[in-house]
Amino acid sequence: MSTTAVKIRAPIDWTGIVFAVVLTLVIVAPLLVVGTWAFTNVWRFPSVIPQEFGLKFWYQTLARADVWSSITMSLTLATTVTVLSAVICLPAAYAFARLDFPGRDILFFSFLAGHAFPKFGLLVAIAGIFLQLNLIGTFWGVVLIQLVGTLLFMIWIPVAAFQSVDRKMEEAARDVGASPFRVFWSITLPQAGPTIAAAILLSFVGTFYETEGAWLIGAPQVRTLPVLMISFINNQPVIQYGAVLSVLLWVPSFIALLFARRVVNSGSFAKGFGA
Amino acid sequence: MSVLTIKDVTKLFPGGTKAVDSFSLEVADGELVCLLGPSGSGKSTLLRMVGGFETPTSGLIAIDGEDITRTPPEKRPTGMVFQSHALWTHMDVAKNLAFGLKLRRLPADEIKRRVEAVLELVGLGGYGSRRVTQLSGGQQQRVALARSLVLEPKILLLDEPFASLDQHLRERLREEVRDIQQRVGITTLFVTHGQDEALSMADRIVVMRDGRTEQIDRPDVVYRNPQTPFVAGFIGTMNLIEGTVSNGQFTRAGFSHRLAIGDGPATLAVRPEALDIVPAEPGAGKVHRVTDYGTHGLVDFDLPDGKRLKAMVNQPGQFQHGQGVNLMPRAVAAYRDDVQVFRSAP
Repeated sequence: MSTTAVKIRAPIDWTGIVFAVVLTLVIVAPLLVVGTWAFTNVWRFPSVIPQEFGLKFWYQTLARADVWSSITMSLTLATTVTVLSAVICLPAAYAFARLDFPGRDILFFSFLAGHAFPKFGLLVAIAGIFLQLNLIGTFWGVVLIQLVGTLLFMIWIPVAAFQSVDRKMEEAARDVGASPFRVFWSITLPQAGPTIAAAILLSFVGTFYETEGAWLIGAPQVRTLPVLMISFINNQPVIQYGAVLSVLLWVPSFIALLFARRVVNSGSFAKGFGA
Repeated sequence: MSVLTIKDVTKLFPGGTKAVDSFSLEVADGELVCLLGPSGSGKSTLLRMVGGFETPTSGLIAIDGEDITRTPPEKRPTGMVFQSHALWTHMDVAKNLAFGLKLRRLPADEIKRRVEAVLELVGLGGYGSRRVTQLSGGQQQRVALARSLVLEPKILLLDEPFASLDQHLRERLREEVRDIQQRVGITTLFVTHGQDEALSMADRIVVMRDGRTEQIDRPDVVYRNPQTPFVAGFIGTMNLIEGTVSNGQFTRAGFSHRLAIGDGPATLAVRPEALDIVPAEPGAGKVHRVTDYGTHGLVDFDLPDGKRLKAMVNQPGQFQHGQGVNLMPRAVAAYRDDVQVFRSAP
């Protein structure tokens, strides 16, 4: 009896376990090291663990005015860009999803084309144009460059979301007396809601962490948190400053991911991509 | 008190195909008219034009004499029930029903009263706070019906409302819908491709084909006296035997029947229940299969040229595969060039 029971049990998936362990090491190990550095006061070679844990560098980092101003700057930028992107992109996405107009397909794919270039080359070209327009080093210059980066998420995902809304639902709303705008507001938008929320979240997080554009267009007047972190890492001999900022930066994305997980798990996110 | 008038309505689709071709119909107050036809016959397009979701290329649609041909759907006194029920899944049942009432700015207590009343009417009292997705297919379809009825439309439009339900539920729901329709007394246009549905529910049936009317009649008349071979073949089971008439005698592959029409090709139509067969050797046909339904039997048999016919018999036991039979039609109709040219006295 016992031998048959052993035979029935699924064989241990060693390959899977090895992959899981390796992946975990690759992803988690650097996080652990950064996390440890952030809470370290003294850590000298060749010790494996720090000689002294503590919040010394947190006090030092958070006491700096430039850290606080860059946090405010990052949040303001990400919010502005996301709101503008939603206002521009959602109606456009609805048009792409439901209307037929000349050049529709070419326009639609042009959003993808921006992402097919090596990004830095594109940014340098745009920076040249911005220089002539006096947008270099300005808040709105950075907003503009980051807006371009959100187009992909904010057009493609909502288009798929709108397309997956049952047209009969919209017709039924017209039938009971709703105007086309009311139908969009009360039926289409809520139906596509979870997927669009995920798109908005992705743009916010993406904008919050966007570094190259903000650095190239904004520096040195407009300093976001990631830009500040780069200058810390480049200019400071103390590792802890960078580590503390990394942990700080990790917080918003973690919260965002917690929200996004609900949406992604519900399947509507995959549905947005046509799955 | 509402009358629907459709006059000479034509709908051209891009590419020039005529989805609906000079169609006219008048639906009397409180009447339930079924548009019956195969897919592509234009019946759904016609219904959508009445609902305002398509615009006729030409012609007129009016309710109580008021022209609504180009009125947008939200301004029409029509209520549509969709095949896929199209309930709004982000709202609960009561909110689905209240949406249209809210758009009409009715007071909250009036909305509540009417929502509860209509839920009672469709047999879903107390279901207001349920999520739409928690309901069964039949319940969802009843909510969809209630959503239309609660606005007290002048014309109710039903677009194959039972197509997604199973057979058993479909039969029960069509009785219920017919009951409700008669109790409310609402003028109704109903689209279906199911002849059972049309025969059991409609006051009148419009049989459609290629965007045109083949026949408009009471269900029993459509069944007993189909005006064209298409209607004859589409409604119920019908033996359609193509053959030739000469000297008052219809013949097809060894089978002949007296038929008092002029010489030429003709199609003879006989219902299985009007076709008697008797065992005979060699006989005009050979039995292929015998099916015993308990109350009666159905015999499939072939003419010598392979034409398969069906006959209803009282004692299926006396027939078996390979056996020869002679056939004697009791009531026939004959068609020539898509027109009925003969009908034996009922």
